Amino acid sequence: MIRKERLIRQYAVWHDASATWGGTLLRLARIVAPPLLLVAGLVLGWELLVGWLAIPGWLLPAPSRIVAAFVDSLPVLTGHVAATLRVTAIGFGLALVAGFGLAFLIDISPLLRRALYPLLVASQTVPIVAVAPLLVVGFGFGMLPKVLVVALVTFFPIVVNTVDGLQSADRDMTQLLRAMNAGYGQILRLLRIPAALPMIFTGVKIAITYSIIGAVLAEWIGASSGLGVYIARSLRAFRTDQVFVAAFVTSLLTIMLFASTSVLERWLVYWKGNHS
Amino acid sequence: MSVIEVDAVSKSYPTPDGALDALEQVSLIARSGEFVSVIGPSGCGKSTLFNIIAGLEEPSAGCVRIDDVEVTDRRGRVAYMPQRDALLPWRNVLDNAVLATVVQRGDVRAARREAEALLGDFGLEGFGEALPATLSGGMRQRVALLRTVLWRRPIMLLDEPFGALDALTRAQLQQWLLGLWSRLDHTILMVTHDVDEALLLSDRVYVLTPRPGRVALELALDLPRPRTYNIIASAAFLRYKTHLLRALGQIM
Ligand SMILES: Nc1ncnc2c1ncn2[C@@H]1O[C@H](COP(=O)(O)OP(=O)(O)OP(=O)(O)O)[C@@H](O)[C@H]1O
Ligand SMILES: [Mg+2]
Repeated sequence: MIRKERLIRQYAVWHDASATWGGTLLRLARIVAPPLLLVAGLVLGWELLVGWLAIPGWLLPAPSRIVAAFVDSLPVLTGHVAATLRVTAIGFGLALVAGFGLAFLIDISPLLRRALYPLLVASQTVPIVAVAPLLVVGFGFGMLPKVLVVALVTFFPIVVNTVDGLQSADRDMTQLLRAMNAGYGQILRLLRIPAALPMIFTGVKIAITYSIIGAVLAEWIGASSGLGVYIARSLRAFRTDQVFVAAFVTSLLTIMLFASTSVLERWLVYWKGNHS
Repeated sequence: MSVIEVDAVSKSYPTPDGALDALEQVSLIARSGEFVSVIGPSGCGKSTLFNIIAGLEEPSAGCVRIDDVEVTDRRGRVAYMPQRDALLPWRNVLDNAVLATVVQRGDVRAARREAEALLGDFGLEGFGEALPATLSGGMRQRVALLRTVLWRRPIMLLDEPFGALDALTRAQLQQWLLGLWSRLDHTILMVTHDVDEALLLSDRVYVLTPRPGRVALELALDLPRPRTYNIIASAAFLRYKTHLLRALGQIM
């Protein structure tokens, strides 16, 4: 009981200490600790349940078995992860280039906006599980179809958020720059792109959570290496534990990409200091 | 010489329910080195007038001249401080101050040195690297003024430069703007809806009517310079004030 009170008081102190380094660390701990504890509890329950009910490993492997599978397949896994990351990086790079390019085209020309927007939306309504095999059929088992799948599932939020972000520039600031006789390019560089950055990052963060999954899906349909291939092989061999390993690694990679994007955002959007 | 002349400018905006007349046949002049105020009720078209002078909007009729040369629809001829400070949040104080030089592809390094040297005068000593979000309202306003001064145009348009400030800060900045103006020898055209502010600062005051804005009164002020805040209690000041308030329809 006393302990709990102390914790509450501690909590209040952390609240105020947010400006200091120690405060930042404590705040981080406060964010990370609850989900971590929850996950730990769930994993423990899972382990015990599988043991008690004697569930077969191909149906639901115990966490300990998944960890063992992870350690066992580490040597092969690194190669697959590298392949997946390569596809993700190239595909996402392509999505960034195409996304920004399309956004600027849309921004420059209202006609292009009207022409392109419906097509962009339509591109997102096509089920990717139908498109991916077609791409593999069309472009073979090389890098290209997988890169295209990643680009296809990620470029849309980038385009939409960049377009909206560019529109979000403050009217008075635009007027000020125009009064200085600034041209389109100068207003873009000095005002509209920086003003758009927060929204662009929102789009990029949404996109990046789809990127690895897109790559895995494409590899699953047809490839010689990558996490998707690893999943397909494990399924065929009824190695459910390895499928769990792949799922775990996929989400870990996604979280890492997301986190690095957030770090980049804090660094680039330095003026939005809501974290003092 | 830097005279700015607004000649019979009208402006109407098309709206779904007919044309909205913002300005009607407004003529005014600010001669070289003069401090001229435009005062009028909210929505009477003061900002619209300044946007037209700055070349941001086309007048429906009439023209703008600087030194007898027509400059209607031409931008970059006057330094303009918009109603809100419009500081770019990602640029620090110095980078905001030199914005006009950046846009005009001038010598930004020299401009930064100049801005740095002026920081003290503008009460911004030590804040050169600070981001706008970390400044108080009064400081932001002074950065916007510094940016306007470093625009290096002999004519400055100030749209309610102290509008959003508390009375105390406002009084300080008015005093300070007076000092600045007497040192710099600019022609200043200022919008305000504060009668005291207009009287304290100006050589002449134009009163606009409610929308559509027309010139209701032009009042030349014969008040001694340099002025201090004490002048507010003088007989001449009160007489002018009565005159202005009556023209504004605020007293009978
Ligand atoms: N782009 C526009 N389209 C339509 N109407 C406009 C536009 N710009 C301004 N107006 C209208 O013109 C009138 C004058 O506006 P303006 O901003 O010039 O007023 P103001 O005198 O500066 O007011 P305030 O003192 O509140 O700043 C207002 O009724 C406004 O609604
Ligand atoms: Mg206004």
